[in-house]
Amino acid sequence: MLELKNIHKYYNPGTINEMCLFENFNLKIEDGQFVSVVGSNGSGKTSMLNLICGSIPLDSGSVVIDGKDIAKEKEFKRNQYIGRVFQNPAMGTCPSMTIAENMALADNKGKIYGLRLGKNKLRMDYYRENLRQLGLGLEDKMDVKVGVLSGGQRQAMALLMSTMTPIRFLILDEHTAALDPKTADLIMELTDKVVKEKKLTTIMVTHNLRYAVEYGDRLLMLHQGKAVMDCAGKEKESVQIEQILGKFNEISIECGN
Amino acid sequence: MDFLVSVLEQGLIYGIMALGVYITYKILDFPDLSVDGTFPLGAAITAAMIKMGVNPYLTLLIAFAVGLCAGACTGLIHVKFKVRDLLSGIIMMTGLYTVNLYIAGTNNVPLFSSETIFRNEMLKKMFGETVPKWLDIVIILIIVLICKILLDLYMKTQSGYLLRAVGDNDVIVTSLAKDKGNVKILGLAISNGLVALSGCVFAQQSKVFDISMGTGALVIGLASVIIGLSFFKKMSFVKTTTAVIVGSIFYKLCVALALKFAGATATKLITAILFLVILIVSVDRKRKVKVNA
Repeated sequence: MLELKNIHKYYNPGTINEMCLFENFNLKIEDGQFVSVVGSNGSGKTSMLNLICGSIPLDSGSVVIDGKDIAKEKEFKRNQYIGRVFQNPAMGTCPSMTIAENMALADNKGKIYGLRLGKNKLRMDYYRENLRQLGLGLEDKMDVKVGVLSGGQRQAMALLMSTMTPIRFLILDEHTAALDPKTADLIMELTDKVVKEKKLTTIMVTHNLRYAVEYGDRLLMLHQGKAVMDCAGKEKESVQIEQILGKFNEISIECGN
Repeated sequence: MDFLVSVLEQGLIYGIMALGVYITYKILDFPDLSVDGTFPLGAAITAAMIKMGVNPYLTLLIAFAVGLCAGACTGLIHVKFKVRDLLSGIIMMTGLYTVNLYIAGTNNVPLFSSETIFRNEMLKKMFGETVPKWLDIVIILIIVLICKILLDLYMKTQSGYLLRAVGDNDVIVTSLAKDKGNVKILGLAISNGLVALSGCVFAQQSKVFDISMGTGALVIGLASVIIGLSFFKKMSFVKTTTAVIVGSIFYKLCVALALKFAGATATKLITAILFLVILIVSVDRKRKVKVNA
């Protein structure tokens, strides 16, 4: 279980640009839940993910995983049990290394990177099998540098690489935003498949309301650091895009947009 | 012939340094100025040890180890104290100047009558009183090949993969639950180890340590890497490490030609022009033809 307790986060504290993002923010995510997070720009979606992953420091409050407060833990330590896919497809792979090398790199996550040979010949078939499931023909291009692949292909690989080793949480940070609609659909289907297969607790930030409604079993709408909409289970299943849009407009009028 | 052999010798020795610079400049994307300090550091420590009567072959390993530590210091300054990459190199380079003077004792240590990896009792026993001249290049070649092969092998290990990843996209190293700072420190250490080793061989070959020998070392290294990589860009079967070493030989050839035919005053200008010519010649011509057609 992942819990955010009494989170406070200010940007530029002590300056004229001081901005309070989270004030006493609380969130509880049960194991196995797939949470879709929507909200306008600057509502705190990505900041929330960054706080969970430790990419930005917390002013006060705690991030609790299975009863253990990890707020003081460094980002790279937390990544032991967190997998993350970014909006930018270039962030999840190494462009100047080949597909096989990238897979081998991800396969060793959590273990020591020592002086053993990087590419384990015995694992190659496993990598190929994994790549085949993407249905992009990457399994025949094992020695091609990832840098020449398209954004969609890279994002599919990033998804595969971040879920290759056993992880507790999958963090998806607008991971379909940079892709064309068709590729985005494909990546979203793959995501759903991986999440269901590995029973991952997932938090997905998205601007695509259709994905937010179609996928996941909980929907969260953030606005100015607060959850203005939070529904799960049966309630979530009945939510329509129009409802979310309505809520969106309500918020925007408040803002004066 | 003597001219070419001497160019080859110098080029190969500087090639070891170029391998080190290749790691920081090309793989880590880190402009590491500490090279100007670690090159003479390797030479200083070698001169001091040879004067003390340490086995010259042992100095190779010790110089590498000392360079390793110096590189790790640059890394620590950059990673742990969050000093900018260029500045941490400058700090190390400046500090090492004095350290080198302390180690060597004075600013010039001649090694003419001392045992070196090229002239020693063991070689005299094998080849007679006058050790043949061609042996120099053989010994240098062996050292360079060992460095190149070990580096190539290292880049294929898991640790090597991580090193390549950190220069490529350091976000992924964090994603793999590894501290990217430590990987950078490791890379800088290996790089400066090679640079110091190069200084060690250089001092033994030129039979002298001089405090000024580090000045401009980084520029030579960078030039070698860039010449080598752009010259062999189209030939993907040539390993980058090989390209870098050949680049270093090219560089030394340019300098030697300039010195031979233009005299000391014009050397730098002629070197610069030769440089430019090599870079222009190695640029891909095909694309240009297509554009003009």
